[in-house]
Amino acid sequence: MIEQQYIDLFETYREVIDQNATEGLNKERDAAFEAFKKWGFPTSKLEDYKQSDISRAFDADLGLNLRNIPIPVNPYDAFKCDVPHLNAHVFFLINDRYYDKTQPDLPLSNGVFVGSLQTFSEKYPRSFSMYYNKIAAADNGVTAYNTMFAQDGFVVYVPENTVVEKPLQLINILRGGVNLNVNRRILLIAEKNADVKLLICDHTVDDVNFVVTQVTEMVAGENAQVEFYELEENSVKVTRISSLYCLQKEQSKVTAAGITLHNGYTRNDYRFRLSGEYAETHVGGLVISDKEQHTDNFAFLDHAVPHCTSNELFKYVLQEKSTGVFCGRILVEKGAQKTEAYQSNRNLCSSEDAHMYAKPQLEIYADDVKCSHGLTTGQLDEDALFYMQARGIPEEEARMLLMVAFTKDVVDMIHIDILHDRLEYLIDKRFRGELLRCGNCNVCK
Amino acid sequence: MENLLEIKNLHVSVEGKEILKGIDLAIKKGEIHAIMGPNGSGKSTLASVIVGNSRFNVTQGSIFFNGKNLLEMKPEDRAREGIFLSFQYPVEIPGVSMVNFMRAAVNEHRKYRGEDPISASDFLKLMRDKREMLGIDSQLVNRSVNEGFSGGEKKKNEIFQMAMLNPKLSILDETDSGLDIDALRIVATGVNKLHTKDDAVIVITHYQRLLDYIKPDVVHVLYNGKIIKTAGPELALELEENGYESLINNAME
Ligand SMILES: Nc1ncnc2c1ncn2[C@@H]1O[C@H](COP(=O)(O)OP(=O)(O)OP(=O)(O)O)[C@@H](O)[C@H]1O
Ligand SMILES: [Mg+2]
Repeated sequence: MIEQQYIDLFETYREVIDQNATEGLNKERDAAFEAFKKWGFPTSKLEDYKQSDISRAFDADLGLNLRNIPIPVNPYDAFKCDVPHLNAHVFFLINDRYYDKTQPDLPLSNGVFVGSLQTFSEKYPRSFSMYYNKIAAADNGVTAYNTMFAQDGFVVYVPENTVVEKPLQLINILRGGVNLNVNRRILLIAEKNADVKLLICDHTVDDVNFVVTQVTEMVAGENAQVEFYELEENSVKVTRISSLYCLQKEQSKVTAAGITLHNGYTRNDYRFRLSGEYAETHVGGLVISDKEQHTDNFAFLDHAVPHCTSNELFKYVLQEKSTGVFCGRILVEKGAQKTEAYQSNRNLCSSEDAHMYAKPQLEIYADDVKCSHGLTTGQLDEDALFYMQARGIPEEEARMLLMVAFTKDVVDMIHIDILHDRLEYLIDKRFRGELLRCGNCNVCK
Repeated sequence: MENLLEIKNLHVSVEGKEILKGIDLAIKKGEIHAIMGPNGSGKSTLASVIVGNSRFNVTQGSIFFNGKNLLEMKPEDRAREGIFLSFQYPVEIPGVSMVNFMRAAVNEHRKYRGEDPISASDFLKLMRDKREMLGIDSQLVNRSVNEGFSGGEKKKNEIFQMAMLNPKLSILDETDSGLDIDALRIVATGVNKLHTKDDAVIVITHYQRLLDYIKPDVVHVLYNGKIIKTAGPELALELEENGYESLINNAME
């Protein structure tokens, strides 16, 4: 059993884990341990993980940096951000630890906390215990695993009626001399009428295997506005298992978009619960993959109350031997009348060895709703290609332009202009195979 | 004078079915040729083969352009050699803006000639000039290529692209269909303005109306994959009057 070594590890090192974390974090471990023992890592025997056997990633010799041995790094040197000039407040997590050696250009607005999860748990114990591990599912093995081992992470807390003008940017850096398991935790709280934008960039520096679990808990209070973007540019040796749990109250509006620009093996869960009327959710996903990359996006939109709207758009461009998986589940609970839920999944497979597995699932228990889903997997439009060639654009270039065009509507979901334009540029470079050939990282290896 | 375009004994099939059955056609610089003929006779097929649509198989014959063997060239090279097709059914390309599309096309033409990319300001000026010449709304060029364009707008957009690329041989495949009376006049005037003694035009049409503006030197009738008659501009008028029937009957004998 793959789980056994982690169960043993947890029991043996429990004290070390606790000593290098805070009481707030430690309080959650026992229950998580029980849950993990019950559920284990998800395997492909489970319907929701059919194409992505998470347990396999853990069947390896991975180190955990439980003693928080500092990894020498100056993130500003190690990482030349791919989204520069964002004019954002920039923060770093080195593996699963908040990097506090550099101070971003604070101050932020009154009452806003952005920083280490440990610090937050000690400075704001009430808020911490109100939200930490409250939104995440109790019955998911990998989330439980994360809770068992999580020792730090990143928090954005925006109190009532507060607007954070500048976007926040969190840069996750993976560093290590040996194969590592990293368990990262993120908490984003936007209270009533709050407004905040967070961009998370995932980056690998060292050429070892990483298995990363990331659990993000997000609460959008009444009438809060949250934009949450993730840009993954990891090396092929990274397994990323990310679970976003979002709870939305009435009239809140959340836009979440995940861009997988370069990766190894990725599983992203987007789990939204619309629990207040007139809440609105926009979820986007864009995957560009080649080699033997694997990307699985799982979206679950739970419409618990009437008058909510959700909109999903997931697009994949799969080249070479890469695999894409999309499962989009929409649940309209009993009584959630006037729900509007739309889902669209469009995929391009540009090679015979590329595979897309897509599964829309609509479960509707209310009668007065508008729900739809659309799914297409195909190749580039040959007529469009020829039309462009007939204007003198070489075939390769025409393909490139069409692929970039294909990604456009997902990129357009991003409302930070600089990020939007920068992404267009990065996507173009990605298709040209020129991404990050700058010597700053291992992504191109 | 040497022929700009020279097609000899061209046979073309698609999915095993022969569509063009031995076409001979020679066009000199400065000339305007009209090709007419009933639906399904092979006019668009001929145009597609000239520009290099690989859907069609050339089973026999040759096409030379400016002394170069076209059949050995990729579509993009044919375009950059100066061949332009105004498509009967222009293609919509969502997500690719007209501006980026045209900039790419113009620069690819320049690159082919060994020139540097066009400067941003020259490009915008070129776009504006050609747009104004053809009475094209400025909004249109900011949208995705042909996406959601009306039938007439698509046709105008084809001629706009032709004006931008300044081809040596333009093939207009039913560019008149879908254009309103004013647009037809504007487009035809545009084509005439662009036409010089150094380039040639092939006009594929069903109607005399367009030929009132763009006056052909030669008119061909294509029927069932063959050119069954070639004559002067009076042929078009005759066909308008009497239809294809007697011509076809004569050809059958
Ligand atoms: N891809 C294809 N597969 C099968 N048949 C085709 C294909 N393309 C064209 N054809 C057939 O070839 C014949 C000639 O078609 P073409 O489009 O060249 O006619 P046309 O003269 O341009 O007609 P129209 O005046 O209606 O535009 C038609 O019978 C058409 O159905
Ligand atoms: Mg035709």
